[in-house]
Amino acid sequence: MSVNVNRYKCGYCGACVGVCPVGALELVETWIEVDNTCTSCGVCAKICPVGALSVVK
Amino acid sequence: MKNKYDIIVVGAGPAGSITAKTCAEGGLDVLLIEKRQEIGDPVRCAEGVGKDALKKHIEPDKRWIAAEVKGSRIISPDGTQILMSGDAAMKDVGYTLERKVFDRVLAQKAAMAGVEVMVKTRATGLLRNNGNVSGIKAMYMGETREITASIVIGADGVESKVGRWGGIDTSLRPVDIETCAQFLVSNLDPGEYSEFYLGERYSPSGYVWVFPKGGYTANVGIGILGSKSGSIRAISHLQKFIDTFIPHGKIVEMVVGGVPVSGPIKQTVANGLILVGDAARQSDPLTGGGIINAMDAGKMAGEVCIKAREKGDYSVKTLKEYEDRWRATIGKELSKSLLVKNMVLKLTDEQLNQLAHSLDGMDVSTMELSKLLYVLFKKNPKLLWELRTLFN
Ligand SMILES: Cc1cc2nc3c(=O)[nH]c(=O)nc-3n(C[C@H](O)[C@H](O)[C@H](O)COP(=O)(O)OP(=O)(O)OC[C@H]3O[C@@H](n4cnc5c(N)ncnc54)[C@H](O)[C@@H]3O)c2cc1C
Ligand code: SF4
Ligand code: SF4
Repeated sequence: MSVNVNRYKCGYCGACVGVCPVGALELVETWIEVDNTCTSCGVCAKICPVGALSVVK
Repeated sequence: MKNKYDIIVVGAGPAGSITAKTCAEGGLDVLLIEKRQEIGDPVRCAEGVGKDALKKHIEPDKRWIAAEVKGSRIISPDGTQILMSGDAAMKDVGYTLERKVFDRVLAQKAAMAGVEVMVKTRATGLLRNNGNVSGIKAMYMGETREITASIVIGADGVESKVGRWGGIDTSLRPVDIETCAQFLVSNLDPGEYSEFYLGERYSPSGYVWVFPKGGYTANVGIGILGSKSGSIRAISHLQKFIDTFIPHGKIVEMVVGGVPVSGPIKQTVANGLILVGDAARQSDPLTGGGIINAMDAGKMAGEVCIKAREKGDYSVKTLKEYEDRWRATIGKELSKSLLVKNMVLKLTDEQLNQLAHSLDGMDVSTMELSKLLYVLFKKNPKLLWELRTLFN
């Protein structure tokens, strides 16, 4: 379970990091990292201003 | 970089730099770390600030002022305009900043006060001693380090991991965040007022802003409530607004970001830990403005750190003074704004028009926002009944 980041779309703003309830995301310069604590809840994908995230079930 | 400081500040935004500078001016040994290699870039802001509030912290400098604005113009869905310029005595009320320069200058000021600044240095966790926060784990240019300090300041913005590592749950629910997109638009004359377009017509659950940025450019942006985002994104709403209302505009830069609009959160200090600025969710739920609050909170946090050092006590007992001070000032304003925001969210386009029309023939141009709200409430008590507690 995880999320996919479209790195070509992402504007590296960190908004998704702030909403992830389990702190699974990290913004490192221009890329988003997802760790294995992700529960695929979908909150990050919902709020991304550009729609760069999608949940993998 | 040494491995021991009095204070480590994580994040070199306005909150972090002012905290660090205040601490250093009080004689403390301070490290300010920023994970990006360039402080202030990429920008996540519309760059609007009030002049007087800013001047409390820094002397204005044309290096980081992109434009001066005379006030705000609020535009209702049917195009009715409400002009506000704050105070008749003040000729020019605000600035549009160049934050790429502004943020770096603030960090430079901190450095000049004695702060050690480290860029490309990312906090990856906290160190603990007897349950108290006692420093950070950091990665500098791919190398991991452990650095100790009496107090760690979480000034890490909307992402805010430091608080969570310290046991403070700062995670935002979708309803607690405005998801934003902005273009720097060229080939337009935005005039001398910051504009706010309200209503579903322009943006569902938020507003569109047009802030003059000098030289025939403006920051044109949109914020939508996270809970309304999903099938349609902030960026597509913005594109639609530009296509409809500024079709001649040429886009020369893109900004995306999230603004915390939760209002005051429960806790911002722990033993050896203080949160400031967006990390402490101190941005305004109504306007999305957070620069001044971040700087004000940074000043308060710095002053409390100096006291803590004098006492040799870094526990919540001492740090709570910061919490009390910001709640009594910034916190009160945030609560009021939250009330107004929740009210505005419920208004239909027709109701927004009705409010705008109720000011017909009145000169509200020199009113502060609080006075304007009062007048609106008096003229539309039924519609704005929920705001009555603001005026009691
Ligand atoms: C689209 C948009 C428009 C806005 N418009 C306005 C406006 O017009 N006026 C206004 O007043 N406010 C506005 N705001 C809000 C304003 O930008 C913020 O409130 C303000 O920047 C908060 O300052 P800060 O120092 O708390 O955080 P930031 O300025 O976000 O700084 C945090 C810093 O911490 C760094 N960091 C994060 N994690 C780590 C880590 N682990 N290690 C090291 N460094 C780290 C980040 O890289 C960043 O540089 C807007 C925000 C957005 C998104
Ligand atoms: S919210 Fe979207 S644009 Fe912003 S960092 Fe996350 S994935 Fe990238
Ligand atoms: S899907 Fe949920 S748990 Fe996974 S990264 Fe996104 S917000 Fe976090």
